[in-house]
Amino acid sequence: MSSIASPAAGSRVVVARGPRPQSLTAGRIGLYCFILVTAVYFLAPLYVMLMTSFKSMDEIRLGNIFNLPQHFTLQPWIDAWLHACTGLNCTGISVGFTNSVIITVPSVILSIAAGAINGYALSFWKPRGANVLFAILLLGAFVPYQAFLYPLVRVYSTLGLFNTLTNIITVHIIFGLPVMTLLFRNFYAGIPMELFKAARVDGAGFWRTFFSVMLPMSTPIIIVAVILQATNIWNDFLFGLVFAGRENLPMTVQLNNIVNSTQGERAYNVDMAATILTALVPLAIYFFSGRWFVRGIAAGAVKG
Amino acid sequence: MIATSTKPVAPAATETAMPPAVALSPDEASVSIRDLVIQYGALTVLDRMSLNVGKGEFLVLLGPSGCGKSTLLNAIAGLLDIADGEIWIAGKNVTWEEPKDRGIGMVFQSYALYPRMTIEQNMSFGLKISGLPKSEVAERVAKAAKMLRLEQLLKRRPSELSGGQRQRVAIGRALVRNVDVFLFDEPLSNLDAQLRAELRVEIKQLHQDLGNTMIYVTHDQIEAMTLANRIAVMKGGIIQQLDTPEVIYNRPANRFVAGFIGSPAMSFLTGTVEGGAAPRFSANGLTVPLDRYDFDSTASGQLEATLGARPEHIIVGNPASGTDDGRWLWLDGKVRLLEPTGADTIVWTELAGQPLTIRVTADQKLKVGEQFHFALDLTRLSLFNAGTGVRL
Ligand SMILES: Nc1ncnc2c1ncn2[C@@H]1O[C@H](COP(=O)(O)OP(=O)(O)O)[C@@H](O)[C@H]1O
Ligand SMILES: [Mg+2]
Repeated sequence: MSSIASPAAGSRVVVARGPRPQSLTAGRIGLYCFILVTAVYFLAPLYVMLMTSFKSMDEIRLGNIFNLPQHFTLQPWIDAWLHACTGLNCTGISVGFTNSVIITVPSVILSIAAGAINGYALSFWKPRGANVLFAILLLGAFVPYQAFLYPLVRVYSTLGLFNTLTNIITVHIIFGLPVMTLLFRNFYAGIPMELFKAARVDGAGFWRTFFSVMLPMSTPIIIVAVILQATNIWNDFLFGLVFAGRENLPMTVQLNNIVNSTQGERAYNVDMAATILTALVPLAIYFFSGRWFVRGIAAGAVKG
Repeated sequence: MIATSTKPVAPAATETAMPPAVALSPDEASVSIRDLVIQYGALTVLDRMSLNVGKGEFLVLLGPSGCGKSTLLNAIAGLLDIADGEIWIAGKNVTWEEPKDRGIGMVFQSYALYPRMTIEQNMSFGLKISGLPKSEVAERVAKAAKMLRLEQLLKRRPSELSGGQRQRVAIGRALVRNVDVFLFDEPLSNLDAQLRAELRVEIKQLHQDLGNTMIYVTHDQIEAMTLANRIAVMKGGIIQQLDTPEVIYNRPANRFVAGFIGSPAMSFLTGTVEGGAAPRFSANGLTVPLDRYDFDSTASGQLEATLGARPEHIIVGNPASGTDDGRWLWLDGKVRLLEPTGADTIVWTELAGQPLTIRVTADQKLKVGEQFHFALDLTRLSLFNAGTGVRL
């Protein structure tokens, strides 16, 4: 019955058994080469920035941008954080960092909360006209932001809220809503309707079902949402510039002001340090979110 | 599951459901559905359905997938909007009541346990919402847990339980509510065969102990036959027959019910019926005398008809063993195919040029291609109008 060749046959025929032996094909080698080249291509600018930020201006003027620093210094980083000038203010980019945190934290929390409630209501309660509402919301996600700028400026001016923290935070919430709603709606669409029905038979209403049953199950999608929103809002430049007001300018806008300030010699090392400092928060989020990162990208892809 | 269940039946047949064996007036019913209409957009799933379920009765809604069983159950629970009609539970019109106020408990196919709560929290969730005192909640949960042998599992999460245990928790969640009516929506469909059989017995035991009204949805005829006091066989949103398992099995009201109930399925032969003093069925040279057949309607003249014979109502043997006063009609055929199932073997043969299956015990030594004798039990045949499918 057995079709396995018996060893008694004596020949040195290799019997296929156990894990298949690994072999390095030409295709594999090509693939690795491609990945390597791509990695180098994208990492080279980061490398140059890092090297430059640890050099003094004298060393930079020599022009060997790929060399390691001969006289390692942290002074550019200290200058960038505490002393870099935007116009007449020379308080460094730390002010922008604080502003960005103050803007990002409430914006992320509130936009996710609103998206989660929206998605929950659309998925389970199916109010009349839910599909129309959802279509309109989606449409909102695809209209270029620039088209909203002037009308929004007028609205906030009329309300007397223009260029305040409230202004910039609410703008972030509004523009985060479509994608957050879509994200949560799709997540809740994957949860069996019977769970919702069970909660209703148990007497749980709209909020009770949301907080006691649905929200505790939503951890994975909340993590994805935090990654998406935190990086998006931190990286925002346009809204910050237009709506935040002079006192609340986020880090991205301040960085631009430092790098583009025209007075005196261009301090490349300080510029590089300030840029890396600004990018540090999203970088850290990407690094530490691990496997959630890919899901975040995939989920974010709906935004186009 | 059963090939014949998908064969079309003329729409007229579906209108003639038999009256229930236990005639229930709506007033003494535990659950009463009156002229219920349910629509999903333009699709009418239930059209003026009426149904009365007695107090303490175990009613099974049986039918193929998509026939509207879950829809009916959800309507009773108050989980979907109805277009017309009334729903009464325990003598109260609950048509506009919230699910929690209807005095029902429900068990779902997917268990629908709250994944982030422990078993104890799952069972007590509804009671806490209703504002019951803590001590009373603990008491009821403990009682249900004891009944369902869940005491050791109370601190666990649903994901740490087997499918059978999860479904017992779901039953417990309905139990603690102290309600009159239990609704089950295919509670055993996600379990493997062995667990299904075990839990089936437990549910039957529970019904005997509690005496609650239970409405149980399934597409599994074994569950229906073993559990039900009465079965409502449904198709296309219409109750085809509502009766005890015995009547449904022995006197199916129409061709659909006949084909749906029984495994292996009833064999059908098409031919003609001639009424009169000596009624008989004939097809392709075969003549079956029908003087022992209990006609529902007095047939006269000639009529296109379908003869149904259950595989277990045909015997194999020797014509010399007699006809038992004309009860057995001896015929012969050739074995086409054998399907051993362990205790029994299903023999496929042909009669009047049409396929016929016979159930024999495994010790009958038949071989494929062999010529053999078999006899139809003339007292247990079913006859249907070939056009309408209605029992004759
Ligand atoms: N939410 C819904 N929207 C539209 N049609 C539905 C919905 N739920 C069920 N249906 C339709 O109603 C019919 C009955 O469904 P259901 O009651 O779930 O059947 P069963 O439980 O007997 O399998 C099916 O044809 C199904 O397609
Ligand atoms: Mg169903």
